[in-house]
Amino acid sequence: MRVDVCLLAASFDPGAELARFTAAHPRAGGVVSFLGQVRESAGEDRPVEALELKHYEPLTLPGMRRLAASARERWTLDGLLMLHRSGVMLPGDAIVLVAAAARHRRDAFAAADFAMDHLKGESWFWKRERVGGQWRWIEPRTEDFADLARWRWR
Amino acid sequence: MSVRLVFLGRLEDAAGGATREAAAGSLATLLARLEPDLARALTADRVRIAINGTLVADRTALVLADGDELAFLPPVSGG
Repeated sequence: MRVDVCLLAASFDPGAELARFTAAHPRAGGVVSFLGQVRESAGEDRPVEALELKHYEPLTLPGMRRLAASARERWTLDGLLMLHRSGVMLPGDAIVLVAAAARHRRDAFAAADFAMDHLKGESWFWKRERVGGQWRWIEPRTEDFADLARWRWR
Repeated sequence: MSVRLVFLGRLEDAAGGATREAAAGSLATLLARLEPDLARALTADRVRIAINGTLVADRTALVLADGDELAFLPPVSGG
């Protein structure tokens, strides 16, 4: 079982990363992936000019590694990939790529879903968008907390 | 002879910068010396704090020593 967890300061090619990950796990019957990208609009006529993700060095990467370890304990996986950007990005840029490889698809789906809910709702990142020349911090939504709560009783 | 304060997320705007130096001592004294609006933002319900990279569960009797890094962490929004 291989775990790749990276915090990246520069842009990455999600297609190439996923191809590499899939090729590294030939015994897995299924690979489930999620790609988060910078959206082009924050609503009608409100184009997003840029998105910035800040992190806190002493906490962010160690927290991502703990998250990967707990996904690995919960499901039977062949591999887990977790890439997350920091810094300033433009619309269309990849923000996060999570992929889980497993013998059976249910484990892969669940592990990727679990990892994304925790990256969004519990990992040490702060996101802001620039719209109309103004930076605006993005606050967590109530859905994010509900998404996280789903995993507590399982 | 000081403590380094780190403001994450929207707290950076409230503080007017990502970091600041402050005198060592109790957290209560440190907060009392800040602008009242900033102190309020830092003590809001969902703001967590970490000292030297470790989350602090009980901040009531917290005392900062020279060279400590104190981070204020508002609700996260990753992904």
